[in-house]
Amino acid sequence: MNGSSQPTKDPPAIKWLLIGIVGLFSVVFLLLPLINVFVQAFSLGWAHYGAVLAERDTKSAIRMTLLVAAISVPLNVIFGLAGAWAIAKFRFHGRTILLTLIDLPFAISPVVAGLLFVLAFGAHGMFGAWLEAHHVKIIFALPGMTLATIFVTFPFVVRELIPIMETQGTAQEEAALILGANGWQTFWRVTLPSVKWGLLYGIILCNARAMGEFGAVSVVSGHIAGQTDTLPLRVEKLYNEFDPAAPFAVASLLGLLALLTLVIKSFLEWKSAGER
Amino acid sequence: MPSGYSPPTTTDSIGRRFNPLPGLRITLGFTVFYLSVLVLIPIAVLVVRAAAVPPGKLLSAAFDQQARAAYAFSLWSSLAAAATNMVFGSLMAWVLVRYTFPGRRLLEGLIDFPFALPTAVAGLTLANLFSDHGWVGRYLAHVGIHGAYTPLGVIIALTFVGLPFSVRTLQPVLEEFDPLVEEAAASLGAGRMRTFLSVIAPTLMPTALTGFGLAFARALGEYGSIVFISGNLPSTQIAPMIIVIRLDEYDYAGAMAVAITLMAISFAVLYILNRLQGWSAKFQRI
Repeated sequence: MNGSSQPTKDPPAIKWLLIGIVGLFSVVFLLLPLINVFVQAFSLGWAHYGAVLAERDTKSAIRMTLLVAAISVPLNVIFGLAGAWAIAKFRFHGRTILLTLIDLPFAISPVVAGLLFVLAFGAHGMFGAWLEAHHVKIIFALPGMTLATIFVTFPFVVRELIPIMETQGTAQEEAALILGANGWQTFWRVTLPSVKWGLLYGIILCNARAMGEFGAVSVVSGHIAGQTDTLPLRVEKLYNEFDPAAPFAVASLLGLLALLTLVIKSFLEWKSAGER
Repeated sequence: MPSGYSPPTTTDSIGRRFNPLPGLRITLGFTVFYLSVLVLIPIAVLVVRAAAVPPGKLLSAAFDQQARAAYAFSLWSSLAAAATNMVFGSLMAWVLVRYTFPGRRLLEGLIDFPFALPTAVAGLTLANLFSDHGWVGRYLAHVGIHGAYTPLGVIIALTFVGLPFSVRTLQPVLEEFDPLVEEAAASLGAGRMRTFLSVIAPTLMPTALTGFGLAFARALGEYGSIVFISGNLPSTQIAPMIIVIRLDEYDYAGAMAVAITLMAISFAVLYILNRLQGWSAKFQRI
């Protein structure tokens, strides 16, 4: 941030040329796509917009998206806190293996992630017959969609927390323990407050990805309208129909989610920078 | 692999033998359990199930004509997108860190927009924007460029989803970059261009390559946005699409074969980039 105060030695012509290129690129690739979502959503009027959102299948998709996020995000938060505590505060054999495993979802296509769960729990999957005999439905149902979403989103919280917890070391926790706090008290009153902004940051990124995940969920959902369609899947379905504004109307909800995420993110960055 | 952080060198208070902090057993246990259920067991299932398929069948499914074309297209479109991101991402990071100008704060906020926007929405709006009737596409169409339902469209979408990786990996490094080094170069008689090419660029190269790797890995696996902008043509089929097609045909062996190949390609490229990064880091010390 303080880079702007440094004397730049670039000639003004170069400076403004570069700013111009970046400006044009950003307008075409970032600003216009954003504005376009909302303009297209309302291209057939407010009444039409309202009608698309009031459809039964759209409402069901909203519910499904919220439900999947409401399960997967808290689980990832618990995992994030536990994982970061173990990995950042301790040294043990296999620590790097854990770190590699945590990074794995970044290197695996979401479609492959979905496939992994289909192979394990699908009707023709390894545990498929057993699950069917016990009337447990995972694939083409909420559990599978949640698993796929968790797979894609679990690194976000833990990756955010590990560097913060490492930088802070263990001195404060040790002090709390010496002063007589038990483990839980130390965690709640010392560790958690000191990572809270990073934690919230990880949560909103994780949430944005969980609500917006397409590939992994698409593979395991079975695309049952009114049942297993999430908002992104609903967008795809409407895209393949004839109404040009309808997919954008549903997409505008996800666009709002993105904007909200960016605003909270900027706020958190500002907050944590202020405390440093 | 996305650049791992390096463990702290001051292990004084976190020495393994005298760590007084509680909870290692339970947190580590939960971490291992969670990763096992989510990652290890599913991957083990893939390995076991793939091993049950005759190798010949697996190989022919992995490398049939359609799959080969898809790997090739996935690879080159992802490389093109990651390269575009490296150029424009570096430029953006440079402009954001070094200059003040109207709209800088807005740009700073917008950079992460592709992270926050669901990829399905990205594909939807980009396909519309770059179609022959869209706000951008109508001008491109005049010069014979079609940015939707073409290979170019796929590259556009992949560039969009990968852009923040390039900018956000470079930005902190640029911020830390000591202006004294530049001043030293200048006082030794180097021109601005010479300073950039022989002092600034080599220093930033390892980081730029990290960003390239992240953007590339993201692009190679991307599916959501491509569904919308590719127009489902044979010339725009990416590897993840083949997996979905095989699954729809209940051809599990085929889906597994393509999935394993895609993962192998992804890991191989990330490995090469990692080596390249290590190699270019040697030039970092001035």
